[in-house]
Parts: sequence; structure tokens; C-alpha cells
Amino acid sequence: MLWYLVPSVIMFAAGVYGFCTRKNMIALLISLELMLNAADLNFVVFNRFLFPGSMEGMVFTLFAIAIAAAETAIAIAIIINIYREVGNTDINSVKQMKF
Amino acid sequence: MDYSQFGAMVPELIILGLFFIVFLWDTFTGDGGKRALTPLTTVLFGLATVAIWLIPSGSETVFGGMYASDAACKAMKAILNVGVFIVLLQSAKWVESDEVAIRKGEFYELLLVTLFGMYLMISARHFLIFIIGLESASLPLAAMVAFNKRHYESHEAAVKYILTAVFSSAILLMGLSFVYAFSGGSLYFNDIRAAVSEGPASGLLICALAFMIAGIGFKLSLVPFHLWTADVYQGAPTAITAYLSVISKGAAAFAFFVIFVQAFGTLYSGIWEWMMYAVIIVTITVGNLFAIRQKNMKRFMAFSSISQAGYIMLGVMTESALGLGSMMFYIFVYVVSNLAVFSVISAIENKTGKLGMDDYDGLHKTNPWLSFAMTLAMFSLAGIPPFAGFFSKILIFTSVTASDSMALYMLVLIALINTIISLYYYLLVVKAIWINPGEAKVESFRSACSERVALWLCVAGIIFFGLVPCIYQFCVDSAVRLQLF
Repeated sequence: MLWYLVPSVIMFAAGVYGFCTRKNMIALLISLELMLNAADLNFVVFNRFLFPGSMEGMVFTLFAIAIAAAETAIAIAIIINIYREVGNTDINSVKQMKF
Repeated sequence: MDYSQFGAMVPELIILGLFFIVFLWDTFTGDGGKRALTPLTTVLFGLATVAIWLIPSGSETVFGGMYASDAACKAMKAILNVGVFIVLLQSAKWVESDEVAIRKGEFYELLLVTLFGMYLMISARHFLIFIIGLESASLPLAAMVAFNKRHYESHEAAVKYILTAVFSSAILLMGLSFVYAFSGGSLYFNDIRAAVSEGPASGLLICALAFMIAGIGFKLSLVPFHLWTADVYQGAPTAITAYLSVISKGAAAFAFFVIFVQAFGTLYSGIWEWMMYAVIIVTITVGNLFAIRQKNMKRFMAFSSISQAGYIMLGVMTESALGLGSMMFYIFVYVVSNLAVFSVISAIENKTGKLGMDDYDGLHKTNPWLSFAMTLAMFSLAGIPPFAGFFSKILIFTSVTASDSMALYMLVLIALINTIISLYYYLLVVKAIWINPGEAKVESFRSACSERVALWLCVAGIIFFGLVPCIYQFCVDSAVRLQLF
């Protein structure tokens, strides 16, 4: 089981790292997807190895994937709006409101 | 499958039915029908609110225990419904403005869907339902924050909101997956409680608890997960800001209570209580200190709502029915006080577009009634005696100290000191309105009929909720009947 959890931890850490360091909003969104997928992978692995008799984790993952898709759709729509407004998707260009 | 189970979901079904009526009406009627949409939605929602208050509340769990309906959940939903009704009233003017009028159907649909999600959150007794509720409460809100398409601030607020919201829900899901590993293969709150109550506390579960506090704390904008709050509140349309600051906060607070007391209440209560202890102290303090230096009214209300969220969370620390009742009462009072402030802000913004605190200088000369309502609301938020805010604060403090623990006494002491700090900045607004010299910057105007109704409702709530004991009694009575206790 450990060998299935290591990739998920790496994915999650990479997602957090990417979210904190990247400057492009699309890259931020990709990092977020990595984090969500790491959580999904965790659910599937725990279900497969710890509770092979039940399906709860798998079903949860299906719902989580659908929710992640919805999140991405809305985020992309908002980023497109930003792009129309300021002409790029750099996170540094949306810092008018501060403190 | 037994379809009669849906009978337990009456509040959800009412909101869903309302959603379909609004959706079909908006899609299939012409210009004449569009004009009637605002009054139609407001009146129907008012009827729905009355219906939810009046329906009898049996205590039952359906769908294999995934969904619970009892007096406490129903009371919480009814409280939120009152808040949403006031938000609808105060937003009617803005919705009819040229820029938004063509999209007003979407506004109502998104609003009803988020409310539906919050209902699910409140009644969820299984993490799948809870996550679906949480997401359907927070994703449409991102679209609503971006609703002022022609304003740059609205887009900036929306992108900040959606990125942090997805980040926090990813953290929440990660924490949940750790919980799942320890839960014996089930995500029911009760099964988790049974599974984690044996054996020593596990490090991974403590980590999971921190992740979950972070995930739900984001919805409640607790410090240190509050950084999105001020920007989003400032950029979003005022009606959405009002909605975000009271309704979504109230629902998340109730769900937080249920999850932490029901699922982690036995073995882990000592651990998450210390985490919450620290979070509450920094939430109240940071919220207050940052509110002092704000000049924009919406930003100011954002930090004020952060510190109010800290007070609401005091109810969670008690882990008792009394605490839950006081928390619900606090939320109810907070709904009317905060919405009174936002009604005044949005009335002035709709008329003049002014949002700065110094634009309120000498407001009493031109708009005495708005000044009066604003003053009462500020007194209530600060907790000055005859108004409801004082009673809600004192009741939540007494419920926290009821357990006679030294640590909780210290917590209440810190909260009390912060109440005095908050008095300073709430009175800054009152001072600007009544005392600051100079010509009034907002000309005299007559606010729209719907805004006046909203303000009267709020002012009545501020004055009577504290003085009429049956409302607190109602909150505690229904809290006692939550199935946890």
C-alpha cells in the first residue's frame, strides 16, 4: 500500500508547492488539480487495501472528480474574464485590492 | 428504494421547487414576465420562509442515516431563510439596475442553489453529503462574486475567491482521506465516532483534524484562513457581500459544530479544542485590529465579520446543547445586525456609489432614518446593552463558562477585552455619522420600498430579539433536540 501512497503524497506536495510559487493562474489551477487528485488517489488506495469489502471510498472519489471538474470549469471561466479585463493571466496583475 | 424518505427533506424540496419555478419563469417568459421576476421571487421566498418556520419538525434520519432532519437543523434553516429573505429585499434595487437587470434570473438561481447546498451541509450526517453541500454552496458563490461584469474589482475578487476556495477544499479532501483510513471503511459521522474512539490518539488523525479545521475554517474565514475575506468582500457586489458574510458563515458554523462534536467528540475533543482555542483567539484579535485601520465600509465589515466569526466559534468550544443554542441565537442576531449595516451600505451605494467611511460624515443631516438604523446596528454588533447584540454575546459567554474550566474562562476574558476594542471601531462609524463636522457628502434621498422593508425588519430584530426571551428559548429548545445530545 505504501508504494501507492508515496505518489499521492508527492502529488499533494507538488500541488502545494506549485500553488505557492507559480505566477500564472492556469498553472495555479493545474497545481490545485494535482492536490485534488492526490486526495482522490488516497481514497481509492485506502479503499482497495484497507476495506476491500466496501465501495465507499470509490464512490466518494467519483463524486470528488465531478466536483473537481465543476471547480475547474468555474475557475477557467473567471480566469477568462480576468484575461479579457487585463490582457494576461499573471497573478501579479490582480493586486489592486490590498490590506 | 423508499421514496417516502424525501418527505423528511421538506426545506430542501421547497428551495428546489422555488429554484425550478424561478428557472422556468426566467427561461420561458418574455420581457413582461422578466419584470415580474423580482417581486415573484421575493414573495415566493417569503412564503417559503414562513412555511419552513411553520412545518412541524419530526426527528428522523433518512437515506441510511446520511441525512438527518430534526428540530435543530430545521431551526437553523429557518434562521438562514430569514437572512436570505432580507438579502433578497435589499438587493431588489441593485438587481433592477440597468447593468444587472438582464441577468437577474441567474442571480436568483445561483442564490437558491447555494442556499440548497447550505441546507445539505446543515443536515449532512455523512461526509459525502457534506462535501456535496459544501461545494454547491461555495462554487456558485464564486460566479456570484464575479457578477458585476463591468467592474474590474469583481473579477479580481472572484479569482481570489475561487482559487482559495478550491485550495481549501483540496486540503479538506486530503484530511478526509486520512479520516477515511481510520474510520473502518465508512464515512458516516457515527461510524467514524465509533471507530476513532478506541485506542490512543493517532498522529495521522491529528493531522487530518488540522486539515479539516483549515478547510471549514476557510468557509468561516477564521484567521489564519481569512486572507481572501477582505478582498472578496470589497470586490463583490454588496448584496453578495451581505450574503457571504452572514448566510454562508452561519451554515458553516452549524456544520462545523455537528462534525466536530459528533464525529471527533470522544477521543479527539481535547486535541481539536486546543487547535480551536488558538484559532479563536487569533481570529477575534486579528479581525479587530485590522478593522480599526479600514477606510472602505465593505472592507471594514469584512474584518468585523472575521472577528464575529470568532465569537460564533465560541459556541463550538462548549460541545453542549446550551452552547449550540447560544450559537444559533448569536447567528440569528448577527444576521439581523449585519444585514442592517449592509442594507444601509447598499442603499447609499445604489444611490451615490459612495463606499468610503468618510463619505458618511454628517449623514444624519441628510438621511436621519438611515443614520438611525446604522447606529442601532453598530451598537448591536458592538454589544451595547438594550440591543440584541449584547444579549447574544452575554449568552454565548455564559454558555462557555458554564463548564467551569480555567482555560475557557481565559478564552472568555480575551473575547471580552476584544469586545472593548471592537467598540472603538464600531463607534468610529457612529462618530462619522453624528459627530464629524463638515457638510454631508451624501445628499438626501428616499430609499427604495424594498430596502425600507428590509431595514425595518432588521431594526425590529435588533430591538426585540434581546428583549423577547422566547427567541433564545426557541434556539436552546431546538438545540437540545439535535440528535447528538
